[in-house]
Amino acid sequence: MGIAVEGARKRFGDFQALDDVSIDVPDGSLTALLGPSGSGKSTLLRAIAGLEELDSGTVVINGKDATRTPAQKREVGFVFQHYAAFKHMTVFGNVAFGLRIRKWDKAKIHDRVHELLNLVQLDGLAERYPDQLSGGQRQRMALARALAVEPQVLLLDEPFGALDAKVRKDLRTWLRRLHDEMHVTTIFVTHDQEEAMDVAEQLVVMNQGRVEQSGSADELYEHPANEFVMSFVGEVNRLGEHFVRPHDMEVVLDPDERTQEGMVQRIVTLGFEVRVELVLSDGTEVWAQLTRAELQRLELREGQIAYLRPIQAKSFNGSELTAAV
Amino acid sequence: MTPSAPAKWGLRSLAFGYLGLLLLAPVGMIFYKTFENGLAAPWEAMTSPEAIHSIQLTLLMVAVAVPLNTIFGVGCALLLVRRRWWGNAWIDGIINLPFAVSPIVVGLSLFLLYGNDGWFGPTLTEWGIQVLFSWPGMVLASIFVSLPFVVREVVPVLHEIGTEQEQAASTLGANGWQTFWRVTLPAIRWGVAYGIVLTTARVLGEFGAVTIVSGRITGETETLPLFVARAFEQFNEEAAYAGAIVLALLALTTLLLMSVGSRRAKSSSAPIPAGTEVPVAASTTKEGS
Repeated sequence: MGIAVEGARKRFGDFQALDDVSIDVPDGSLTALLGPSGSGKSTLLRAIAGLEELDSGTVVINGKDATRTPAQKREVGFVFQHYAAFKHMTVFGNVAFGLRIRKWDKAKIHDRVHELLNLVQLDGLAERYPDQLSGGQRQRMALARALAVEPQVLLLDEPFGALDAKVRKDLRTWLRRLHDEMHVTTIFVTHDQEEAMDVAEQLVVMNQGRVEQSGSADELYEHPANEFVMSFVGEVNRLGEHFVRPHDMEVVLDPDERTQEGMVQRIVTLGFEVRVELVLSDGTEVWAQLTRAELQRLELREGQIAYLRPIQAKSFNGSELTAAV
Repeated sequence: MTPSAPAKWGLRSLAFGYLGLLLLAPVGMIFYKTFENGLAAPWEAMTSPEAIHSIQLTLLMVAVAVPLNTIFGVGCALLLVRRRWWGNAWIDGIINLPFAVSPIVVGLSLFLLYGNDGWFGPTLTEWGIQVLFSWPGMVLASIFVSLPFVVREVVPVLHEIGTEQEQAASTLGANGWQTFWRVTLPAIRWGVAYGIVLTTARVLGEFGAVTIVSGRITGETETLPLFVARAFEQFNEEAAYAGAIVLALLALTTLLLMSVGSRRAKSSSAPIPAGTEVPVAASTTKEGS
């Protein structure tokens, strides 16, 4: 059950969008496809929806091979980054679309649409047209439209990408809660690692048409399979062969055999957290994450010489992961 | 850069003056001339059997050519924009042919094709179908000259609306036909409406090609523009002006019907795609050809 993609390949001209991708999405889970642009995450999502045909590979949805099933028959709900609202229909008409296609009777459609508009908190706006809504409202309308037909799976393609930061955060929380209520298997695509970790139970990190690693946010953060995952999921400093998280970087004033010398370039206070940027003697720029209290104790100033001591570092020699220091 | 006030008013007067001199003055003169001596004379001129027949024949041209070109035009635009294949470049070029070729040449080529020595002429005559000097030939000529309008209007609108709405419809369970009627067509309706207005105006006013294939048989193959031309040549100025007025009114009626129809299809305040304001410009084309 859930969604299983096996050996998916897709090429657009010279560009290999998907290169032997396999993923497994458990039934009822909320999974994020995370990667930079061009990593193939949207293509994979569209292939699951049937909007893109794979060159090879299979898509299995709830135990049924859907590889050759057209989008129309896959019973997936799809939410587009730019909403894809039917501009000539009211909010009611948009949400009712799938039900009218399925020839539900009028009274039932009316009840179902209002139930969904309640769910997405748009009930007062049923007679509005999409261009009379804000971006966040439009996206909630699109979500209601996708959910109206009770899809087997819900697919969201960068659903919050076109919204401003505040609305984004609200919708994130709201999607999370909605999923807890509905338990429909959900995949959403994002390039924002914070968003992925905030919302999803499982993350699939993609890069250049391949899956780099999948697992929970903690697994990816604590045990990244390679350099790409380590730097994409969370912040990272590179010290020669070693990778260190900024919060695993200790700043001290007295050197010893494990420290490296650097000059404090900039100190940025972000509320409780302090970001100290240093340049090492070989020109490498790194930063350490300290607390306010630590900063006050050290009495650091910009332009001062300080010493860095990595508490925990990783290096990736081949596929092997070794903890240095 | 914002133009200064005198420059702004200068430009405006120039635009109005130019339009007034080139468009409004001639059209206004026709109205003035027609109704100079009251309604009786033009009414009499337009209720003669030949005049009525020419109006009917012109409406027949519109009734056949416009629906055919609309269906073809929308289908062709969908093919050009939504399906990528090697034939598109060819279709795209060929579609423009009627813009490039003079209507007289169109008439001549139909003459060659359907005449007694033409490729199709003898066979069709054998089957008892008379193309030249009869309404089928005139319909063919009208279709030819007005073919590109719907395609040219709909293609940019299809590009603009993109494919996401159609994809959304398909994920919601709509098949191709349902998607077309419920999503695509409503989204491109302004382009289609404007294309229909232009096509109608072109068919109503078509003179060159129809002159040749019709043989200009009074009371039989004479459309309204041909009627106007003959009346003018025979110094029957009253009939000529009255005929011209009827032509103009027919074009205006199309324009009005299309505006009302498209507006009723949706009564929201949504920003309307390119093509909305253009019907005003369409009335300037009605005297064309």
